[in-house]
Amino acid sequence: MPSGDSHSDRDHQSRERKRATSLPPYQGGTQGGRFPNPERKRRAVFSLPRRARMRGGAIRTSVLWGSGIVLALLIVPSLVTLPLALRWYNVQELDSAVRHPPSLSPVVALDRYSGAPGHGAAPPWIRLAYRASSWLGHDDLGRSLLYRILPGFLISLAFGLAAAAMAVGIGALWGAVAAMAGGRIDMLMMRIVDVLYGLPYILMVILLKIALTRPLTAMFGGYTKAADLVILLVAIGGVSWLTMARVIRGQVLSLRGQPFIEAARAAGAGPVYILRRHLLPNLVGPIIVYATLVIPQAILQESFLSFLGIGVQQPTPSLGRLAADGVQAVNMYVDYWWLIVFPCGVLVATLLALNFIGDALRDAFDPQSSATAWV
Amino acid sequence: MMRRIARRLVAGLITIACIYTLTFVMVISIPGNPFQQGARNMPPAAERALRARYHMDDNWRYFLDFLRGAVRLDFGPTFTYADWTCNEIIATALPVSAMLGLLAIMIAVAVGVPAGVVSAVRRGGLTDVSILALVLVGISLPTFVTGAALLSVFAVYLKVAPVGGWGTLAHLPLPALTLSLPFIAYITRLTRMSMLDTLGSDFVRTALAKGLPQRTVVWKHALKPAFLPVLSYLGPATAQAMTGSFVVEKVFGVPGLGQHFVNAALNRDPGLILATVLVFATLLVTLNLVVDVLYAWIDPRITEAV
Repeated sequence: MPSGDSHSDRDHQSRERKRATSLPPYQGGTQGGRFPNPERKRRAVFSLPRRARMRGGAIRTSVLWGSGIVLALLIVPSLVTLPLALRWYNVQELDSAVRHPPSLSPVVALDRYSGAPGHGAAPPWIRLAYRASSWLGHDDLGRSLLYRILPGFLISLAFGLAAAAMAVGIGALWGAVAAMAGGRIDMLMMRIVDVLYGLPYILMVILLKIALTRPLTAMFGGYTKAADLVILLVAIGGVSWLTMARVIRGQVLSLRGQPFIEAARAAGAGPVYILRRHLLPNLVGPIIVYATLVIPQAILQESFLSFLGIGVQQPTPSLGRLAADGVQAVNMYVDYWWLIVFPCGVLVATLLALNFIGDALRDAFDPQSSATAWV
Repeated sequence: MMRRIARRLVAGLITIACIYTLTFVMVISIPGNPFQQGARNMPPAAERALRARYHMDDNWRYFLDFLRGAVRLDFGPTFTYADWTCNEIIATALPVSAMLGLLAIMIAVAVGVPAGVVSAVRRGGLTDVSILALVLVGISLPTFVTGAALLSVFAVYLKVAPVGGWGTLAHLPLPALTLSLPFIAYITRLTRMSMLDTLGSDFVRTALAKGLPQRTVVWKHALKPAFLPVLSYLGPATAQAMTGSFVVEKVFGVPGLGQHFVNAALNRDPGLILATVLVFATLLVTLNLVVDVLYAWIDPRITEAV
């Protein structure tokens, strides 16, 4: 079992080393300036010509912008069409639209979509949205793929955010308390994390889901769809806080030894006050960073569970559910490419964008990796 | 060194015991049991009799019985596969998964470590950025998408690999490659990070000042300490890869162990759940121990420190 101690020690050492080398410019530090600087020369041995490096930086910036644009391009249409999509995502047309390939003109009659009888009754924005319904094709029940992907994307994103919030809530508290308490309690709490790491992930999620289904469904009354999502969320969030706990513990341990905490303690501040007033502001960076990296992980986990048939239940769409359905619908003899290309494309684009943003945030916030850009 | 190993061994045994207890508590507290699944709607008296037959009416007794059996490597019967014992299931499925997993890890190290080193040496450059972008793509793609893509390209269009199944060498590469992609991504990132740390250290500067060629310094001197974090990641990663992945097994039709983790839990099959968890935990603890020993062998300072 990798123990938390060695990790935090290493963190601490590299922090020390970094502090020692980053002198201010007037003392010949790494900031450059007029003075020759051995640090710069040493690094220059392994660096590319200046132009190549700048090109890399420019690519990085544009990739980051691209990620933001991709997310915005997905979020805005899904939010705008959400009221319609909530009515349309499960409209089935078994006569004309079963596995209909993408087409520019709609293949399902408007009165099925508008929910109101008569074509003329539909207002113009509904007619516009209706015209888009066949752009991405239809699935095996003749449902519009576009109006399943758009709310599915929002569900996946909300799911990822909620799972990240859960991981942060449990993990940060656990790690901070362990580090503040120290000694035996710290050891015990980290041992528990070690043991939980030793459990096979997928089995735990399934067992948690089975165990939670009955009490949570009862709690939600008749809202089985909401209960279903919450159960999945608790199962995934309940397993993914472990890394967060370790990271936060390491951070708190290295912060705790620093003079300003000592000063606060000498001034008579209690542990809760120190945690709230001095430690938490310093932990915001790593918390945001790891939370951002938990979001795509949770979405990915949900897609795996959907692939196994125990994720989001039909007819509720989620990106993972749609991608898994698409992969299972395609075989050697028939080519329903749109069922696999569009959901998988949106899923991969979302995960990529979130991962890129998480990495950039880590770069910006995490003092550990600021020198080692992009990892 | 021996003291260190012994201490880790004891800690590992305690961990396994904790994992066993925790799983047992979960197994007995989930609703439903293997005797009332699906069509098997049996009268309560028969169910009680069956539970008594397998000593499952008394939780303490079942806990101790299973533990006693497990110590002798006898995991008892399964309740979902007729005429199979847990031992037979593990004996047929584990070698398949282990072979696939080891191959995947080997691919991951063979690709990930050089990619990480190159990326660290040329950090900030175009090569670095493209390697890291590829890594993020590797982390972002779900296995069932990459598996299906590889399958349709190599098996359906190019027809250079079988579509699925198990038994010949030709069945190996595609699932192993699919399984290795996330590991490649992680190992590349880890290698790059620790390599950057190492390249900034004094002994690298000394080696370069002596006039050694950059290639020797990077691949011989710097790689050794830079490999240590990768090594400690390889312990849990190998355990995970060797116990199989349900998704890869389902996409490629491989009869591995991963499916049993899922099916055991879905069928609420207590024997098989406990058996698979114990196999995983034992593998994890053993591999972590191996990593520990290798760690001390690569970096002798660790032995002195303890």
